[in-house]
Amino acid sequence: MTNSLRPVLAFSIMAILFLLVGFMQSWSVALAIFNLCLISSIMTLGVNIQWGYAGLFNVGTMGFAALGGLAAVLVSKDPVPEAWSAGGLNLLFAVLVAIAAVSAIVLIFRRMSKGPGRALVLSPVIIIGYFLFRYFFDMATQDIEAVNPAVTGYLGGLGLPIILSWVVGGAFAAGAAWLIGKVVLGLRSDYLAIATLGIAEITIAIMKNEDWLARGVKNVAGLPRPVPYEVDLQEADWFISLIETLHSGTLSAFTGDDRVAQLATLVMQSSSIFVKLCYSGLFLAVLLIILTMSIKALNSPWGRMMRAIRDNETAASAMGKNVTKRHLQVFIIGSAVVGIAGTMLTTLDGQLTPGSYNPLRFTFLIWVMVIVGGSGNNLGSVLGGFLIWFVWIEAEPVGVWLIEVSTTWMVESNPVRLHLMESAQHMRLFTMGLVLLLVMRFNPGGILPEGIQKERR
Amino acid sequence: MTDILNALVLFSNFVLIPSLAYGSQLALGALGVTLIYSILRFANFAHADMMAFGTMVTVLGTWWLQSLGISLGPLPTALLALPFAILAAIGMSLLIDRSVYRFYRTKRSSPAIFVIASTGVMFLLNGIVRFIIGPNDQRFADGERFIIRAREFKTLTGLDEGLAIKVSQVLTVGIAVMLVIALFMFLQKTRMGKAMRAYSDNEDLALLSGINPERVVMITWIITAILATIAGTLYGLDKSFKPFTYFQLLLPFFAAAIVGGIGNPVGAIVGGFVIAFSEVMITYAYKKFFMYLLPQSMAPEGMMQLLSTDYKFAVSFIILVIVLLVKPTGLMKGKVV
Repeated sequence: MTNSLRPVLAFSIMAILFLLVGFMQSWSVALAIFNLCLISSIMTLGVNIQWGYAGLFNVGTMGFAALGGLAAVLVSKDPVPEAWSAGGLNLLFAVLVAIAAVSAIVLIFRRMSKGPGRALVLSPVIIIGYFLFRYFFDMATQDIEAVNPAVTGYLGGLGLPIILSWVVGGAFAAGAAWLIGKVVLGLRSDYLAIATLGIAEITIAIMKNEDWLARGVKNVAGLPRPVPYEVDLQEADWFISLIETLHSGTLSAFTGDDRVAQLATLVMQSSSIFVKLCYSGLFLAVLLIILTMSIKALNSPWGRMMRAIRDNETAASAMGKNVTKRHLQVFIIGSAVVGIAGTMLTTLDGQLTPGSYNPLRFTFLIWVMVIVGGSGNNLGSVLGGFLIWFVWIEAEPVGVWLIEVSTTWMVESNPVRLHLMESAQHMRLFTMGLVLLLVMRFNPGGILPEGIQKERR
Repeated sequence: MTDILNALVLFSNFVLIPSLAYGSQLALGALGVTLIYSILRFANFAHADMMAFGTMVTVLGTWWLQSLGISLGPLPTALLALPFAILAAIGMSLLIDRSVYRFYRTKRSSPAIFVIASTGVMFLLNGIVRFIIGPNDQRFADGERFIIRAREFKTLTGLDEGLAIKVSQVLTVGIAVMLVIALFMFLQKTRMGKAMRAYSDNEDLALLSGINPERVVMITWIITAILATIAGTLYGLDKSFKPFTYFQLLLPFFAAAIVGGIGNPVGAIVGGFVIAFSEVMITYAYKKFFMYLLPQSMAPEGMMQLLSTDYKFAVSFIILVIVLLVKPTGLMKGKVV
């Protein structure tokens, strides 16, 4: 098989898989999977930029995705003026105290030489700063969370269109990545992994517990949508007439009241598919933009430099490349892409649920996508995102089906059979592990290895 | 005087004893992480799931023994099931090493590849455990629950504060101490232990002096499986067994191992207690404690809590990140390859 045919073939198989789901399950399910596949691909592209281009071992994807989700809330939700007037002033003081304390600490740390003298000056600054901060902060949060806690109890957002938050989410993640990268990028690879894993957990812990920010585990539901609502579509004349023309064949078989009823069900079904298609269009546009930029960047001198740094840091720095700076740069870019994907995910869900962020799903699964798709190859990442998410979702129904088939000889109420049926959903974890290990062992470059691109250049 | 005693009892009941038990569990887990790190030279992300696997076998064994009507009297039945669980975990560890890690070892792959492979193993084990026992909370502690109850302590001493000591807590600390002593005797005195230390210090030199690397690796996996299963069982007896909770223990283990100095067994133990004590002490509300110690007029108004209890888990990560930044070699000098 020639190398340029390989991606075509892989993506064709992927398309056939979607068609199969469409015909065997339903088009709504196929589109739902497709949309999440698009988001997964973007996340995978982000991780690929870090690992595939530069060899940075970041397992904090969950944290960046969650920050993106936070951006969706902070941009799109209406502000809560009562909360601002109740706690805004104290919050401002708290922020000022924090800034003052941190800059004082940094200043002391830089200006004074190491020794007991510095520790002696530093510790009271830290202690007083912390308690002063907590004094204002506790008052502020108490007041904010007391404002109509069943519905709001948080500061609210800016009330802007949610599509803007996709950019803001990327910026949030980029900012966090700059801060994190500044401190942890000097560590060796597996230390970096542990540190980023820990930081992601801290991010989630903060989002779960700081109710004033985004209601914590009480969740923020009902985020505005960038696409029309099903209910509005079902009443819009243009949509009904569109369905009428599209399904004129089916409808012509009916007359009178039957026709009206049939049209109503068709409109009902089509509205949900239409909404999903709108999302697909938006996500696809973002994916294509990011993919084009990634491919262009990888094939540019910048991309070559990155790969040179990845393959031999010492040689690259001997050639005058600033390895630390480039690492920070690529860490920020990759994290921003992950952040954008995280915002898109929250937009699609229509709600922010900090309790649902789980490292298996939001970090390690993305890593499986990168490795299986082919690290260092952007098309491979997209394919990995599609394939792995597809398997992740379809492993359960297929698992149930397999167990049903293999236990047909058992009685309906056989406890072993019942247990197996109940546990079928956990097969997806096992499948993921197996797929990852098999690909790593027998096809370490992934499905679309990096080499393909090199030869084409 | 009684006020000071009351404050001390209060502190022991809510901080000292729980941290001691939790610290022992963390120390055992961190020892496993550190051993794998020093011999196989990678951070094993699947360690917590191996612990869950071993504990799952213990739980199943306990249920089986209970159904047969066998028990240990006041002690939990799980102790009887433990040896079988250890065997199962050893078998699983060796199987995984043969089928997954050995390939990369002979290829001398970079640590990052090992870590990614270990996340694959993590998924596998996680899936197996959830498939067999399900994702829910399982309690399997039986026998006597308390050595001394809070109320008994109060009537015994006449103090206002009670002190409760659970059987599982005493078992945890006792078994951990014995296990650690045995491990250090093994590492210091036996031929195999010395071979392991030599291999950890300098792989090539160890090979040159005729140490069989595959044997060293095998013994390491066996020891790690024993430690993981015992740590998991003790944690489960003390609290409860839930696959996701066990998976989440991975980070405190890493935190303990790194804080103490990764690759250094003494460091892992120190790190375990540092993490456990700081988690509990930073999130404990000291209000009542100070009310006993300070005169009435100076009684504190707030809860006197540094961080809310919700951040208990985050504390270990924060300490981990700080140590990584300030002193990457850890408190006791570990190795940074």
